[in-house]
Amino acid sequence: MSAVTDAVRGAAPKPAHPLGQSVRDSLVIAKRNLIRMSRIPEMVIFGLIQPIMFVVLFTYVFGGSMQIGGSTSATDYTNFLMAGIFAQTVTFATAGAGAGIADDMHKGLIDRFRSLPMARGAVLTGRTLADLVQTALTLLVLAVVALLVGWRVGSDGSTDAARVLAAFGLLLLLGYAFTWIGALIGLSVRTPEAATSGGLIWLFPVTFISNAFVDTSNMTPWLRHIAEWNPFSATVQACRVLFANPGQSASDAWPMQHPVWASLIYSVLIVVIFRTLAVRKYRSATA
Amino acid sequence: MPGAIYAEGLVKTFGDVKALDGVDLDVPEGTVLGLLGPNGAGKTTTVRCLTTLLRPDSGRAVVAGLDVLKHPNEVRRSIGLSGQFAAVDEYLTGRENLQMVGMLYQMKAGAAKARAAELLDQFGLTEAADRTAKTYSGGMRRRLDLAAALVVSPPVMFMDEPTTGLDPRNRQMLWEVIKRLVSGGTTLLLTTQYLEEADHLAHDIAVVDHGRVIARGTSDQLKARTGGERVEVVVHDREHIATAAEVLTGFGKGETTVEQHTRKLTVPVAGGAKLLAEVIRELDGRGIEIDDIGLRRPTLDDVFLSLTGHVAEAKAEESEEDRRDAPRGQSGQSGQSERETVK
Repeated sequence: MSAVTDAVRGAAPKPAHPLGQSVRDSLVIAKRNLIRMSRIPEMVIFGLIQPIMFVVLFTYVFGGSMQIGGSTSATDYTNFLMAGIFAQTVTFATAGAGAGIADDMHKGLIDRFRSLPMARGAVLTGRTLADLVQTALTLLVLAVVALLVGWRVGSDGSTDAARVLAAFGLLLLLGYAFTWIGALIGLSVRTPEAATSGGLIWLFPVTFISNAFVDTSNMTPWLRHIAEWNPFSATVQACRVLFANPGQSASDAWPMQHPVWASLIYSVLIVVIFRTLAVRKYRSATA
Repeated sequence: MPGAIYAEGLVKTFGDVKALDGVDLDVPEGTVLGLLGPNGAGKTTTVRCLTTLLRPDSGRAVVAGLDVLKHPNEVRRSIGLSGQFAAVDEYLTGRENLQMVGMLYQMKAGAAKARAAELLDQFGLTEAADRTAKTYSGGMRRRLDLAAALVVSPPVMFMDEPTTGLDPRNRQMLWEVIKRLVSGGTTLLLTTQYLEEADHLAHDIAVVDHGRVIARGTSDQLKARTGGERVEVVVHDREHIATAAEVLTGFGKGETTVEQHTRKLTVPVAGGAKLLAEVIRELDGRGIEIDDIGLRRPTLDDVFLSLTGHVAEAKAEESEEDRRDAPRGQSGQSGQSERETVK
């Protein structure tokens, strides 16, 4: 152990550039979280099973009884449903981000990070970036399952690869935005368990009071307005338009008329607002 | 000129609880200050304020020549912190943990890698280097945590109860590491509930209770305040207590205290070993059989008792340490069960 004393004592090197440091630190933390995920594969697997279950259950249980655009065919419902399931799946990444950050706080890791001369938003940015990778993986697997149960793009008009990819881009952006909400929740609760349930509960009204699983035109007016202006609905509608899948809302509400723009604006707004709040919370975080 | 760690009037309130009530500290460069006190005394809160983790309500702190409140990020480049719980990522290997910390200290990837290997070697973790920290024992995690705090060989170190929950062997090993570190010139602030530990490692001791420094000095100075040495006798027979007390009072320079149930008598003395021999002869001459006799120097336990009126035990009361649940796998490590008496 002699080298403990032999080492030259001195402060850590100065970062070259604040932005460069920010990017570098975020990537270091993202890498750390990805390594963790690879060592806890059951977390990734559970994250996959749930949406797959939803696809199968909705398709086979509800599929026969649901009317989409006057059609009661199960295939039409699957084609309608998938945009909703994709969107719901990406928002559920919120809970993982929240639980992960709460766990880091609980174990004293956030204290360690906060005592290091690192970029202040990097711990959270790194976490959300790692979650984005996981979300992308989940979407990929889910898309394959969807194709197996009969989902097809272009079932209700024409589309192309660029539009389909754009839809997945919007889904990833929505998921990324929601992980920032999860980050704030994770920093605000006392235990990882609370972060998991706290990160999930509010997602049910957000994803169900929407156009994801049913046609909003059958809802009572006040509920319909909420559903049509729900940021989540904008992304679902955008995906249906870009996938050329049935059941697109014909509502006059602006987000339903301009779903791609609405989805983009909403997601960016969520990132800006919740990133600001979460980073502020992080700076004063106490476990 | 203020020392490497300097604090003036630190106050921090959590709701109704005044965790810090005007803490003043001054640690000269290259020395060790032991912050000694029971749970909830304000030790951890002090460390958190000095390491930029917590903003005090009022007061001033300077670490490594930098104002903690004005230049937190510069301070962070000059300090190492080993917190109360081993803050390592249990799903990363020991090596990955240290490399990550090195990178976050803004070292270049190659340098971080080399330094990680060096530290693993120094802390006896090379064999376990590529296993996840989850598989490590409590002592190994502690060592890894300490190694992480030493990645840049910072001039100022903070260790919050570094040996809490460790078995004696690991504690001894950590003490050795700390001593080497200090002999290399590092300034260290160390908190502890173990009186023995402060006695062993610290040049200076600050006793804290209820968010204030209630006494300050070297171990010897603090002990002198409690009034010198004592003779302690345990007699074999309960009937002999009265006679023994008479004998002891004759030799002592104060009152003899008697604990009936343990048959233990204590008297303050001046005269050391020579006097002890005389006491033994006298007791023997009167036919008093003794189970145990010794010359006892005051311990920091005594110091604490005489300063605060209560023994330095882990209090169950709400404290900043308790408010945070003990992390999984490390719970139940409060000091009490592991307290050692100082001989």
